[in-house]
Amino acid sequence: MTVFVIRRFLQSIAVLIVTAVIVFIGIYAIGDPAEMLIAPDASPAERAQVVASLGLDKPLWEQFFTFAWNALHGDLGRSFVFNRPSIALIFERLPATLELTLTGLVFALVLGIPLGLLSGLKPNSATDEVIMTGSIFGFSLPSFWQGMMLIMIFSVWLGWLPSTGRGQMGEFLGIHSSLFTLDGLTHLILPAINLSLFKLSLVIRLTRTGVRETMPLDFVKFARAKGISERRIVFVHVFKNILIPLITVIGLELGSMLAFAVVTETIFAWPGIGKLLIDSIMRLDRPVVVAYLLVIVSLFIFINFVVDVLYSLVDPRVRLGGAQ
Amino acid sequence: MTPVLEVKNLSTHFMTRRGALKAVDDVSFTVGQREIVGLVGESGSGKSITGFSILGLVDPPGRVVNGQILFNGDDLLKMSPAAMRTIRGKRIAMIFQDPMMTLNPVLSVGTQMIETVQAHDRVSRAEARQRSRDALGLVGIPSPEERLDSYPHQFSGGMRQRVAIAIALLHRPDLIIADEPTTALDVTIQSQILFEIKRLAGEFGMALIWISHDLGVVAALADRIMVMYAGRIVEAGRVDGVLTEPRHPYTSGLLSAVPAAVPRGEPLRPIPGFAPSPLSRPSGCAFRDRCARATDICATEPMLEIAAGREFRCFHPHLWSAA
Repeated sequence: MTVFVIRRFLQSIAVLIVTAVIVFIGIYAIGDPAEMLIAPDASPAERAQVVASLGLDKPLWEQFFTFAWNALHGDLGRSFVFNRPSIALIFERLPATLELTLTGLVFALVLGIPLGLLSGLKPNSATDEVIMTGSIFGFSLPSFWQGMMLIMIFSVWLGWLPSTGRGQMGEFLGIHSSLFTLDGLTHLILPAINLSLFKLSLVIRLTRTGVRETMPLDFVKFARAKGISERRIVFVHVFKNILIPLITVIGLELGSMLAFAVVTETIFAWPGIGKLLIDSIMRLDRPVVVAYLLVIVSLFIFINFVVDVLYSLVDPRVRLGGAQ
Repeated sequence: MTPVLEVKNLSTHFMTRRGALKAVDDVSFTVGQREIVGLVGESGSGKSITGFSILGLVDPPGRVVNGQILFNGDDLLKMSPAAMRTIRGKRIAMIFQDPMMTLNPVLSVGTQMIETVQAHDRVSRAEARQRSRDALGLVGIPSPEERLDSYPHQFSGGMRQRVAIAIALLHRPDLIIADEPTTALDVTIQSQILFEIKRLAGEFGMALIWISHDLGVVAALADRIMVMYAGRIVEAGRVDGVLTEPRHPYTSGLLSAVPAAVPRGEPLRPIPGFAPSPLSRPSGCAFRDRCARATDICATEPMLEIAAGREFRCFHPHLWSAA
């Protein structure tokens, strides 16, 4: 296990370095932030001064090594636009996105697994047909359209739920979150549903497929021949086997949910990290974009690590590090 | 003595789009107490489905459409699913063909044994564990206490089959149905497992239905043998009689296709043709297309003849001087 963690840690660092290089060169290629930041009527002298103060007059490799050196010391640069450390900007916005994503994920799992089980245990029944048809909508309707329809129905027509913002936040154990006030929760419902609909369909289908594949296997029949109750067969024998693919996919999807919550955050004006990214790209605010991507990559790495650990807990055939 | 199991006119059909597939067709037999019965046939002859029918484990679209299965006098086909569950694993146990597939890969062997104990008896986990450990010891698994915490992938095929046998023995059932339990194993392991099962069945006074396509295995093990062909039992009787003086041409065909039974240098004589598709079985005797002795009369259904403890369905049985 220790060997596994160390190896994984070294791999992670390599991934981070490669990402940093790619992102840095990529954003350099997109455009010159000086054009965006400096007023058109500025004199050439003023212009040269701003460029020099941002370090943009230096060659690319020098800019990168300055960045890398600072990054090693925990400084990912200051935002050109806000003139504040970019990492601080990101961590200010990250909790809102995490809150949204995790709520969406819980929603997808809590609804998706039972629906998938229902569907898989009674294949081709009316229930199954309804659930499967529903999940096709979840898959195929674009997220932004779903979001707008949710607003249309629940905010405009029914007037039940607010359509924008994060609402009032409560504090619990030092964490500020919308989850702790009623107002915050009502603000959270629509965007969380919007973000989770696609994943919900995915979880339903994964669970259904898993059940359909596992039920005809010999060990299920053997469990029946042992006189095990149908309930235990489904929730212990079959479910534990389904968990393996489910954890893998959910782990990957959680990362993508975090990284691509942008659409939902834009529609519902959720003050999350995705919106910050879009704004920063538009303004060519390099330090924020680079820092954002590094944070997301770190999160991906972390989630994958957790997935691997969970994996070894669920599947005894995958015991990390070999010898026990 | 009343028989442990009495199957009467059992028919199990699979409802397919192309009509009813008669996997088991009007099969009757009995299994006496402590008796070891071999059920022999080619793949697709309906022998496994017969076993699953007894336990009520035929998967849809299959269904037992007719017959009675009397277990110690009670008709299993009339039992509620809940009552049937208390029989399965407790009074009738089953061992499957492929030990690599019968144990759940993500549950420890202990868990899978303890749940079997607790499914039928209200005992503490500790006691269930104790009984599981004893059962593992009984089937010859070394250091059973530690092995309880192992997972199936840490066992070899033969060891896994021993675990499956230990599970079947947990409740000392009256009857064990073994569905080709040695087919997937190495020959050396095969004979060990055979020996163990025979010993344990004798020790605990259990009756055994041994389903196999291997005549040699059945000859070594069983008291009585039933030969199945195309969903029907075509011949049944004591092992020594059936194997030395088969009456039904199919049985004799099977015997002359076994390498060990044919003198060295003489060619094997495989049965010509293929077993008929269960969807389009010929009328009358299903074997007549492949049978050298068939005549026109074979197009009608041969009745079951019973002679000198032997049953067979054939118009032109082999005649032996002693018979």
